[in-house]
Amino acid sequence: MAVEHPLAPAGDQTRIHDIGYRGYDGPRLGRAYARRSLYSQSLRGAYGLGRSVKSKVLPMLLLAVMCVPAAIMVAVAVTTKAHELPLAHAYTRWAIVMQAVISLYVASQAPQSVSRDLRFKTVPLYFSRPIETADYVLAKFAALASALFVLTGAPLIVMYLGSLLAKMGFAHQTGQFAQGLVSVALLSLLFAGVGLVIAAVTPRRGFGIAAVIAVLTISYGAVSTLQAIAHVQGSDGAVPWIGLFSPVTLIDGVQSALLGGDSSFPDGIVPSHGQGAVYVLLTLGLVAACYALLVRRYKKVGL
Amino acid sequence: MTVIVTESLSKRFPRVTALDRLSVDIGPGVTGLVGANGAGKSTLIKILLGLSPATEGRAAVLGLDVATEGAAIRERVGYMPEHDCLPPDVSATEFVVHMARMSGLPPAAARERTADTLRHVGLYEERYRPIGGYSTGMKQRVKLAQALVHDPRLVFLDEPTNGLDPVGRDEMLGLIRRIHSDFGISVLVTSHLLGELERTCDHVVVIDGGKLLRSSSTTDFTQTTTTLAIEVTDSDAHPDGTRAVRDALHARGIDTNAEAGGLPGAGHILLLTATGEDTYDLVRDVVADLGLGLVRMEQRRHHISEVFSSSDEQRKEAAGHGG
Repeated sequence: MAVEHPLAPAGDQTRIHDIGYRGYDGPRLGRAYARRSLYSQSLRGAYGLGRSVKSKVLPMLLLAVMCVPAAIMVAVAVTTKAHELPLAHAYTRWAIVMQAVISLYVASQAPQSVSRDLRFKTVPLYFSRPIETADYVLAKFAALASALFVLTGAPLIVMYLGSLLAKMGFAHQTGQFAQGLVSVALLSLLFAGVGLVIAAVTPRRGFGIAAVIAVLTISYGAVSTLQAIAHVQGSDGAVPWIGLFSPVTLIDGVQSALLGGDSSFPDGIVPSHGQGAVYVLLTLGLVAACYALLVRRYKKVGL
Repeated sequence: MTVIVTESLSKRFPRVTALDRLSVDIGPGVTGLVGANGAGKSTLIKILLGLSPATEGRAAVLGLDVATEGAAIRERVGYMPEHDCLPPDVSATEFVVHMARMSGLPPAAARERTADTLRHVGLYEERYRPIGGYSTGMKQRVKLAQALVHDPRLVFLDEPTNGLDPVGRDEMLGLIRRIHSDFGISVLVTSHLLGELERTCDHVVVIDGGKLLRSSSTTDFTQTTTTLAIEVTDSDAHPDGTRAVRDALHARGIDTNAEAGGLPGAGHILLLTATGEDTYDLVRDVVADLGLGLVRMEQRRHHISEVFSSSDEQRKEAAGHGG
């Protein structure tokens, strides 16, 4: 790269600042690099890094809310020299117990990730560059899913390290920890997809936040109520099928049926393996559908 | 070497035809794309960026086909949209660095190019403050900087003078001129004002209703369509010199109009269409023969409305011949 100032006359000390226009002959790293850059910028942004102090408060607070109770539980287990974590199947159950916190995080960060670009019409600037619609959607999706994986995975790491300190069975704990990670990975993908699809519809951040909370918590409330009614009326067979209709119970079903956890369904009803397969397929289908919807949405707002 | 070529490029939407068999050939330099609102300027830019497929015809930018090599084109061109596109809560530096990386520049180069580019467009200390607090002129400069930060070979500037006051407008036009003369980057700039583009551009393309109205260098433009304004003194022999000149010119087959508008002295100014060098000589001779003093003989710049009205006449004629 030119460090010399070819346009500045030699020996002209008074105009040292006017070095003229310099071209750029360096590398242009193209689409994949731009996609990675957008991913890392969005992931950092999801925790307020590289943004104002104010925008760091909520994500950091929610991360603490996820981790501190796990740390306390582990501390209790270590001091009482327990052989198991106090909460049964804690690794897979944790995200379900903490679903309200996770929903709040999605509701606050999904709109900030996509609504801003829509509201301030920054989107055309991206698409006038080498990256394409699919790259933008992929980067934003992956970034929010990763942020959620950090949020839901961090307390699992706290518990796992704590259980090793308390000398609980290594193989048993590692197996459960791995199952927990798979469960929260699925949850992260699903919640990120649902959150982004809703947030990408509106350029208004407030609407986005309200809509995401409504969809995640109201659907959970409605499904839980229906499950309870079905259970009281003695039709326990319907309970797992009803669970397919909200994101939280969907993940709950997957982890209880296939990842060795307990469910939060009434009376601890656990879906069968066959039903578990339906749960997994539906979860993956929803993730794919969310991605397709986002790509379609951004094809329209392009330029 | 041509920068942009289109061959009978058409873009039809279900209810409107945005571009109608447009064929232009644009070389390096500053080119103005003029047209009224809805003339198809923005549609053309979208097609040239490879973001919207043409209904028929083909186009190439920097020798790359827009239909198949859109990504390669977008790596080498910059785009400044007409509308606001800046988030208010980040600084110009952060924003332009991010956009530079989106264009594929490595992190260190992105920062270096951002500092350089913001300085060239005239943003100094304020570049560290959030964009929300900027004036319209400063925001336009940030928009321009993000289009230039990756050192493109061509930039599309969509209505860059929109919303600027006369001083800001002149500064922006000067900056656009420098993009080519100092930075060596070709420019396609759109406007609905022909007057301001005439001063800045080497070449002007006028489109209306998606059709090419005229494509010529700015010097051709003024030569072929010059309106002359003349003003003469009165003398004892001709108490109303203006009238005498008008009659004398009329006798030689040149029609004149009085200048419209209620400005002082407007009645003393005659407007006539110069068809070439001869007209200047003729006016000089007529005035000299009458023994009057020639106070002023100047070119009046053509206005976009005149281009449009002449095309309307042509169209009417064509329709008349057809029917």
